[in-house]
Amino acid sequence: MIAIRQSRLLFFLIVLVCCMSNYSTSAQSFTVYDSMPQLESRIENAKDTTLVINFWATWCKPCIEELPCFEELRERYAGQNVLVILVSLDFKSQLEKKFIPFLKERQFKSEVALLADQDANTWIPKISAEWDGAIPATVIIKGQQRKFNLGKFENYTELESFVRPFLADVSALKDMSEYPCLTGK
Amino acid sequence: MKKAFFPPLLLAGVLLLFGSTTSPCGYAIGDRADDFSLKSVSTKMVSLADYKDVRGYILIFTCNHCPYAQLYEQRIIDLHNKYSPKGFPVVAINPNSPLIVEEDSFEEMQIRAAAQKYPFDYLFDEEQTVYPKFGATRTPHVFLLDRDLYIRYIGAIDDNPETPRSAKNRWVEKAVEAMLKGEKPNPDYTRAVGCTVKKKPEVKPAPVPVQKADTVPMVGGQRP
Repeated sequence: MIAIRQSRLLFFLIVLVCCMSNYSTSAQSFTVYDSMPQLESRIENAKDTTLVINFWATWCKPCIEELPCFEELRERYAGQNVLVILVSLDFKSQLEKKFIPFLKERQFKSEVALLADQDANTWIPKISAEWDGAIPATVIIKGQQRKFNLGKFENYTELESFVRPFLADVSALKDMSEYPCLTGK
Repeated sequence: MKKAFFPPLLLAGVLLLFGSTTSPCGYAIGDRADDFSLKSVSTKMVSLADYKDVRGYILIFTCNHCPYAQLYEQRIIDLHNKYSPKGFPVVAINPNSPLIVEEDSFEEMQIRAAAQKYPFDYLFDEEQTVYPKFGATRTPHVFLLDRDLYIRYIGAIDDNPETPRSAKNRWVEKAVEAMLKGEKPNPDYTRAVGCTVKKKPEVKPAPVPVQKADTVPMVGGQRP
């Protein structure tokens, strides 16, 4: 209970300080970014971390299917300065009805956020000039380097080989081409 | 030449080839589109050339299942009702493979078109040969063509998927109005969130060479 109270206090402090909303739903916390600049400062603060940012939504079936692969990636590279952020494009109006119940069910270990910036025409090209807004979409950011992928990764190997060029020290590629992202291992 | 087989280069090559599942290509503003012949929900084959006395076409890649397409459904009907009398009919095309999403099958298209009383042609890109030419990547995705099939606008219908009344920019309407006055649409390219086009499964090599050739990439199988 104390932890919950503290997190609530923290919640109000954060709202006051930076106008972003942090939510905590029984062990699954997430941040709501009302505008792209807020997400951009999150990206800038990551500095030399390799960010793997996946854009998804609860209504997007292929997105849901590939989420377990991002969880696998997070687990495997947790010690290698890799940060996975699952950025949902769900409507903020359906936060309580759809988004929070989905998070409660899945209990993601990766960082979860909701981007509620309605001006998609302006923010989409800030992620990648190649992107026109279809999801799923994934971008890897490390300092000034970026790499973009449109569409779903069919299996874990496909995702890992997409990320590997950004990793300085990698062990042998885990062959999980039979791992179709749909379920657990 | 032997250097091409140097493992890191090979890996780089493979990544270049398969690193991105889809790459944005297709028509740009000012390109002339090829006509097509696709089956309508009425089972009739439809080409753009079949439309007589038009000033252009509001070509929209859309589908049954996508929540964004559903949010825009009434606005697509309204666009047709408003601009078809002025020479700009809506031509809707479902680019999705029902092997990926059953709800986007031809039969389901017929059911939806009848239930929603679509006043426009709703066509099925069954062979998935038309949407790649246009470079459509999502649903809904609009391509505004003039009567000679030159592309004049590519992008979104407006800037507010959830609440039509709150849209600040009704891009397609603005673009059609510009064309009716003989002007160039401005902007002529916009982006929006949407569902990816669902491409039918294909057998492709594993993204990274693995020990033996007996590793078959997962295709189909557990898809919905």
